[in-house]
Amino acid sequence: MAKGDPGAPARGRRAAPRSRKATTGDPELVQLLTPAGERIESVTGPDGIEYRVDFTDEEYRGLYRDLVLVRKLDAEATALQRQGELGIWASLLGQEAAQVGSGRALRTQDMAFPTYREHGVLYCRGIDPIMPLGLFRGVDQGGWDPNEFKFNMYTIVIGAQTLHATGYAMGVAMDGKTGSDDGEAVIAYFGDGATSQGDVNEAFVWAGVFNSPLVFFCQNNQYAISEPLDRQTRIPLYRRAAGFGFPGIRVDGNDVLATYAVTRHALDNARLGQGPSLIEAYTYRMGAHTTSDDPTRYRIASEVEAWQAKDPIARMKTFLEREKIADAAFFTEVDEQARREAVDLRERVLAMPDPEPTTMFDHVYPGGSPLLDKQRAQFSRYLESFEGSVH
Amino acid sequence: MSRIKEFNLPDLGEGLTEGEILAWLVKVGDTIELNQPIVEVETAKAAVEIPAKWAGQVQAIFHPEGSTVEVGSPIIAIDTDPDAGPVQGSTTGAPASDRPVPSAASLAAVEVAPAEGAVEPGLIGGPAPGGRTAVLVGYGPRTTAAKRRPRKDTAQVTSVPVQSPPAQVVSAPVPPTATPANGNGRHSGPVLAKPPVRKLARDLGVDLGALTGTGPSGSITRDDVQRAAAPAVEPSTVTTSVSSAASFGTDREQRIPVKGVRRLTAENTSRSAFTAPHVTEFLTVDVTRAMKALNRLRERREWRDVRVSPLLLVAKAVLLAVRRHPMVNSSWAGDEIVVKEYVNLGIAAATERGLIVPNIKDAGRLTLRELADAMTGLVQTAKAGRTSPADMSGGTLTITNVGVFGVDTGTPILPPGESAILAFGAVREQPWVHKGKVKPRLVTTLGLSFDHRIVDGELGSKFLRDVGDFLADPEATLLAWT
Repeated sequence: MAKGDPGAPARGRRAAPRSRKATTGDPELVQLLTPAGERIESVTGPDGIEYRVDFTDEEYRGLYRDLVLVRKLDAEATALQRQGELGIWASLLGQEAAQVGSGRALRTQDMAFPTYREHGVLYCRGIDPIMPLGLFRGVDQGGWDPNEFKFNMYTIVIGAQTLHATGYAMGVAMDGKTGSDDGEAVIAYFGDGATSQGDVNEAFVWAGVFNSPLVFFCQNNQYAISEPLDRQTRIPLYRRAAGFGFPGIRVDGNDVLATYAVTRHALDNARLGQGPSLIEAYTYRMGAHTTSDDPTRYRIASEVEAWQAKDPIARMKTFLEREKIADAAFFTEVDEQARREAVDLRERVLAMPDPEPTTMFDHVYPGGSPLLDKQRAQFSRYLESFEGSVH
Repeated sequence: MSRIKEFNLPDLGEGLTEGEILAWLVKVGDTIELNQPIVEVETAKAAVEIPAKWAGQVQAIFHPEGSTVEVGSPIIAIDTDPDAGPVQGSTTGAPASDRPVPSAASLAAVEVAPAEGAVEPGLIGGPAPGGRTAVLVGYGPRTTAAKRRPRKDTAQVTSVPVQSPPAQVVSAPVPPTATPANGNGRHSGPVLAKPPVRKLARDLGVDLGALTGTGPSGSITRDDVQRAAAPAVEPSTVTTSVSSAASFGTDREQRIPVKGVRRLTAENTSRSAFTAPHVTEFLTVDVTRAMKALNRLRERREWRDVRVSPLLLVAKAVLLAVRRHPMVNSSWAGDEIVVKEYVNLGIAAATERGLIVPNIKDAGRLTLRELADAMTGLVQTAKAGRTSPADMSGGTLTITNVGVFGVDTGTPILPPGESAILAFGAVREQPWVHKGKVKPRLVTTLGLSFDHRIVDGELGSKFLRDVGDFLADPEATLLAWT
């Protein structure tokens, strides 16, 4: 998808063709594109807000391209781990729409706080997809500049980033950067398992009480590693927001259009100074929790198959084909681009140099530190004491 | 010429040391694509498919299905440029013009010849500067002895390979496997073991102080604990678990790897046979009355659904006899003999996995009915292959029911740490002198092996006699003894 704000008015905008208002089966779930690829023009959520998107053909194709590329790069990273080139990888397979939909709804000035699985959001922020691979290869700590790309470092600790985001959002409000159409908003990503963490609940309390410009974006992928959702909650997760005093909404997380619409609305509320909200993107982790996990030990194949039928990319492709927004040549071209980028990613990962031992002393303090300088010198002397030392 | 690349088994899940080859998805000669699944590997954490790291042709497969492979060892060799002609001696033979011109990429790929078990320098798993192995991700550390890197001032500090653990921790020579120490082998100092190993030992009822560790610095490892808690076994007459559909090679010999239950059986029986001096005695008993008593028991309403076997009576006989001769329910601990008030009654069971000996905890306290239920449960669990290590550890006295295989008796080997084991032979109709006449009676033969360090002939004989007396006339002995 082209850079810039796809939500802004553009010429040649296409109204959803032959669309109609339809019930989604689940009145609690906002959906604009059914698993069968049927387009729903607009949906009024249980919150009384009408959700809709109006994309140009180019923008629809752009979203499709994002989804395919993100999935392909993720699959390549999984393969690299299996081949011993990465220590571990947390695959986003199945969650592409939740990440691309919300990632593309962000504006340039908005700040995102990811977990360790937000490769799709990272991609949408314009960060080179090789960056997280350096982290999981163990050659760096994650190489992107969070301030430049407005995308914080991956957070491994479950739920901790929601507190970081809350503090950041409070700062945004204190700086007076909210209250206008072009205000700043913050988004915090986390999963269904994280909702059981104290951190996340504390973040809810603070963001609610301080009316912070923050969108809590929960990708409910149904499993906290092996623990199913019914071990996390007795009510739908989005309803928890009511207890903290801000709105909550559930969206079909496998529907890139609905996710975009719902996230954009929540971000706009935040940037206008109307406080936080919770989005529950209802989706499914098609793969393992990480490459160290074997999901066949705790979930049945029929469940996975049922979700396979709700695949986020397949429904988008059906829609593009049916509405003649894209032709076979387009799909071939996207697949070819994905293949090329995957090969490129692989070659660059394999070429990543091992870091020098002394780099561990760098970047600890912004201006360096006399104590660390001393330690670095000691350590260098130690390394040089060996024969054949190159240090 | 080394366009042949060997792929080493990577650490598939954060800190694993080995994996089992479940299935090869390709065979030698296959042309494969990059990332094509080539092999299914099961680790302690997950069963996963590994995608090919290079496109090319499969040159060799180093490990068959079912084998366990250490992380970092090569599992497959791939010819990354099969179109470039034969690998060996390609400089002679066909003129250069006949061969395809290698691409720059394939030339680059040929540059570095990975040595045996290694990957290219600079890559993870390959040699890192200073002769170390990069282990941050990917492959586990080498299993070879660590070598001290030579220092520049080597006058005093010579480069001696570090091979043995620091000597101050264990004073005695370290035996190859952990064994329960015999008295003086018991450590006086603190025991070295990691918390999960301590927990495992507690769960399995293993005394860490009685073990000799084989880990670094003499620490006790999981394996040590599991070995110590391994099922006590005796092999007298039980069939081996060798598949009947044995496949023989052209030399008409079959080689079966010794592992799992078979290995444990071998270790335990040979250890026991050559440490405990075994004596075996036999007694033939007329059990007609007892069998009739069993039939009457089966007819009782409250026993209708219970599995009542002759073995149940033998177990009862042993438990009653132990009460009269507690010394047979003991173990040899070097300087002392440990006599146990409780009886953890082992029942040897032949399962598909081989011989295992689960035991009934504190069987002496059970009523006959509870004993019957416990035995049924124990046998079912064993046949289903679900016997837990806890069920197999801590046995104090064992019965082996070789009669079910149709033999008269045997000379069983003591499970390590126990001082008596009873073999119960087949019950068959035989001519027997009964009330002065030769009559067909139901007769069985018992065989009792005992540890002569603890049990003398007199005690062993009395014990066996009591078991026989009970089986000859259960009602009267019950009245007399209890």
